[in-house]
Amino acid sequence: MAAKMKGAQILVECLKREGVEVAFGIPGGANLPTFDALYNSPIKVILTAHEQGAAHMADGYARATGKVGVCLATSGPGATNLVTGIATAFMDSIPVVAITGQVRTSVIGNDAFQEADTIGITRPITKHSYLVKDVRDMARVVREAFYIASTGRPGPVLIDLPVDSTVAETEFIYPEQINIRGYRIQASPLIDRAAIHRAAEAIAQSKQPIIYAGAGVIHGTAFAELLELAHKTHIPVTTSLLGLGGFPETDSLSLGMLGMHGFEYTNYAVAQCDLLIGIGARFDDRVTGKPDEFARRAKKIHVDVDPSSINKTVVVDYPIIGDVKQVLQELNRIVQAPDTRAWLATIQKMRQEYPLLYREKEKLLPQFIIQEISELTKGNAVVATGVGQHQMWTAQFYQFNRPRSMITSGGLGTMGFGLPAAIGAQFGRPDAVVWDIDGDGSFQMTTQELATASKHKLPIKVAIMNNQHHGMVRQWQDLFYQGRHAQSEINPVDFVRLAEAYGCVGIRVEKKDDVRPAIERAMAITDRPTVMDFVVEETEDCWPMIAPGKPHDQMLGTYETLKQAGGVPQHRRSDPDEEAKLSLG
Amino acid sequence: MSERHTISCLVENHFGVLARVSGLISARAFNIDSLTVSTTEDPTISRMTIVVDADAIKLEQVKNQLNRLIDVIEVQELKEGQFIDRELLLARVSVDGRSRAEMESIVRNFGGRLAEADEDSVVIEAAGDTHTLDRLVEQLRSYGITKLVRTGRVALEKQ
Repeated sequence: MAAKMKGAQILVECLKREGVEVAFGIPGGANLPTFDALYNSPIKVILTAHEQGAAHMADGYARATGKVGVCLATSGPGATNLVTGIATAFMDSIPVVAITGQVRTSVIGNDAFQEADTIGITRPITKHSYLVKDVRDMARVVREAFYIASTGRPGPVLIDLPVDSTVAETEFIYPEQINIRGYRIQASPLIDRAAIHRAAEAIAQSKQPIIYAGAGVIHGTAFAELLELAHKTHIPVTTSLLGLGGFPETDSLSLGMLGMHGFEYTNYAVAQCDLLIGIGARFDDRVTGKPDEFARRAKKIHVDVDPSSINKTVVVDYPIIGDVKQVLQELNRIVQAPDTRAWLATIQKMRQEYPLLYREKEKLLPQFIIQEISELTKGNAVVATGVGQHQMWTAQFYQFNRPRSMITSGGLGTMGFGLPAAIGAQFGRPDAVVWDIDGDGSFQMTTQELATASKHKLPIKVAIMNNQHHGMVRQWQDLFYQGRHAQSEINPVDFVRLAEAYGCVGIRVEKKDDVRPAIERAMAITDRPTVMDFVVEETEDCWPMIAPGKPHDQMLGTYETLKQAGGVPQHRRSDPDEEAKLSLG
Repeated sequence: MSERHTISCLVENHFGVLARVSGLISARAFNIDSLTVSTTEDPTISRMTIVVDADAIKLEQVKNQLNRLIDVIEVQELKEGQFIDRELLLARVSVDGRSRAEMESIVRNFGGRLAEADEDSVVIEAAGDTHTLDRLVEQLRSYGITKLVRTGRVALEKQ
């Protein structure tokens, strides 16, 4: 008979077996037994400043590594503080296990101190959740939680642990087998070969095809297969925001990002294509604009691991449900290349005719700064962002070449995500150069996590595009609310002194000539975080833009309109070699 | 075109499963006409019969979303004519000396019975498919229904 162990100890044993190396969180009354059991374990526990930070760190860790991120919080306010982070992970299908304390079973429902119905509150934002009322369920629940979080379409799973379940003792029997009868994931035998064959035929017959790749390519580690498909068929690839890095932007077939703030030529190409091949992407409204008008001339293929993503917003002609990697392997085996030479030439012409552009202004421009960061890091950094203009400029001007290099909140659009996500990413990949490109609005929602970064001497570089506004809100107010800036202006903050207060290096940059030296200086600092306060133009808008509900060929802030306003074309620093582009096919 | 559809689900017999299912459906703004749940021959499994008003695409979404729930073991749409469905109705109806006999005759025609009877009202008990009970309610209406409750549809697939 196995020795008896406390529930919290069983939890720790299970976490070790799941390969958990680090967990982020804050102790409190109801999860003290858990923290106590972790105290002498090999699992590194990172104290965060706020539970929201813990959830975003677990998320950033998961996005950067592909492993399950773990966060810990006590009952009541601890758990409710996780909510934004859990919802963020849920919307972007990120594998996170959140372990919360709960009041003891006998007083659940009595409005006990620090009690909240955590399972109820998080039900719509988790893939699944467990309340462990009996210590004998602990090992099975932890095993299932990690399995569910990381398989199929990944997502957050919450385990709510009443104090008594963590202090009660039972035998520790590790469940080798997992048997969840209601959990169906599409495995290889279930791949729909007939559907793949029909899709392959549609590809062979297409004249103007485009691949639209999403985060599923990254979650499903299908980058090699996607590259093979593109190269084999000479079909150009655009990605969603979360798909950035899933296809190298240095590749001559890369079209960068599509959608609301996607490239002008890319959106025109999408509007013109006759076959749209959606791979691990969910036709989000920021991508499609008006769904009925999205790629309206095109037949559509949609490969997705989650059947509920198919036909959700856009009705498709060739649905393929299955693991993206396995589907692409089969597709690559049978697909015949269409003749796309004329199509690629058309796209190339549009690329040259409609580049991104902006006009130099007196103050610094975020686009320029991000281009410089991209250049100096050679596109090899892991880049986290907040949400807003700086996020879109990062998507446009940073060249993403590797999977798991863009760490951003796409679906939920969570401001304040950048710094804690960057911290999580750095813990997961200690050797990577990790940046947080942030806005002054976003940054101030989770600034306190500088304390966490500083304590662990993380060499994160925080680049704040400080325009003293909620810039995207200000832009929309100018566009759609007659310039009435209702609460979009932010009081100026001295981020250099703030950084120093937290034990970080603070650098203020106000001139164009100082940008490069400042980035170089930050990159040389390896023993603590650096916060760079880039004082940028307040009125700069993020272009181009598809206004909500408009089709892709009716964009605002197009090349033509900006050129008339005096804009100067900005070719991305390392655009794919033009010669290679033209010679392709 | 929006239509009524009957979905039959086998779910884990845990606490919280009903909340997951109803929460999922309401979060997507689908209207539930009725939802019944009870245990099956296997005490670890419950059966839910859900009647929703939805067009074909929305219905497909409901089924797919239900399938995503870990606690949902099986989802089946019951197609018109391929299932047997029943619901139970209880109605308190006002009567007087003259109408009591008529009432009893109506109830008999519908295979129901009087569950309770006093001076000026009766409680009618009837089981049947939704359409049949709708007709019964129509006929009772003129007498004055003071309280009405229906269980919602339970259904089993035909062999």
